[in-house]
Amino acid sequence: MADNPQPPRPRPLSPHLTIYKWPITMATSITHRATGVALSAGMAFLAWWLVALASGPEMYQPFLTAAGSLLGQLVLFGFAWSLVYHFLNGIRHLAWDMGYGFAVPTANKSGVLVIALSVMIAIGIFVMAYAMLRHGVPVQ
Amino acid sequence: MSLETPLHKVQGLGSAHSGVTHFWRERVTAAALVPLSAWFVVSVVRLVGASEAEVAGYFQRPWNALLMGLFVILTCVHMTLGLQVVIDDYVHGTGQRIVLILLNRAFAWIIGGISLIALLRLAVG
Repeated sequence: MADNPQPPRPRPLSPHLTIYKWPITMATSITHRATGVALSAGMAFLAWWLVALASGPEMYQPFLTAAGSLLGQLVLFGFAWSLVYHFLNGIRHLAWDMGYGFAVPTANKSGVLVIALSVMIAIGIFVMAYAMLRHGVPVQ
Repeated sequence: MSLETPLHKVQGLGSAHSGVTHFWRERVTAAALVPLSAWFVVSVVRLVGASEAEVAGYFQRPWNALLMGLFVILTCVHMTLGLQVVIDDYVHGTGQRIVLILLNRAFAWIIGGISLIALLRLAVG
């Protein structure tokens, strides 16, 4: 019997998430998931919009006030960017599912492309929305 | 050597008894949502600043009502499949998992149901 029982030596662990330098593909992957979860919350906002619309002007006004507030605009920009990102990266995923674009350099490039395009398109959507607000035209 | 029965093997449904259904539905709804969500974003931008009557009128038009209905239904299906993968990945207790998966289903049915009833009210109102 040992006189000095040693505490068990901690078992070796493989390096965990926090220790890696994040490759672009890792960042785009978790962002796809995060934007998907965010957009699920956005569906509640969409339901509010439709219900307010179906309930007449006096119910529609509070929705417009909330959507037009600073917080509402920030949230809506978040939804817009999330939707564009999830849309573009989703197409990237569908291409992968069909076997295209899996080579590491290609996946890295498409990742950068998706991030850049998503920001530009989201800003573009808001620029167009504010332009609509200023010179609104009747919608058909 | 496989312990699978020949019937189980040929059915190809695996231990979850649903085969690739979840994966496949997620892709099919994703592909359908590519044109639908593009239409949705264009519609919303065009409706910015429009009056309540103009927005309601937009969704009363049959094609717009149809596209919006499809967008809501397919998004709810895609959403519930996606959220279930998140739950499957991060929640390990069986009880917790079952509760969250049921809440996830309930959320999609409630949000989808509310939205569709609102659309229907607009269409016939």
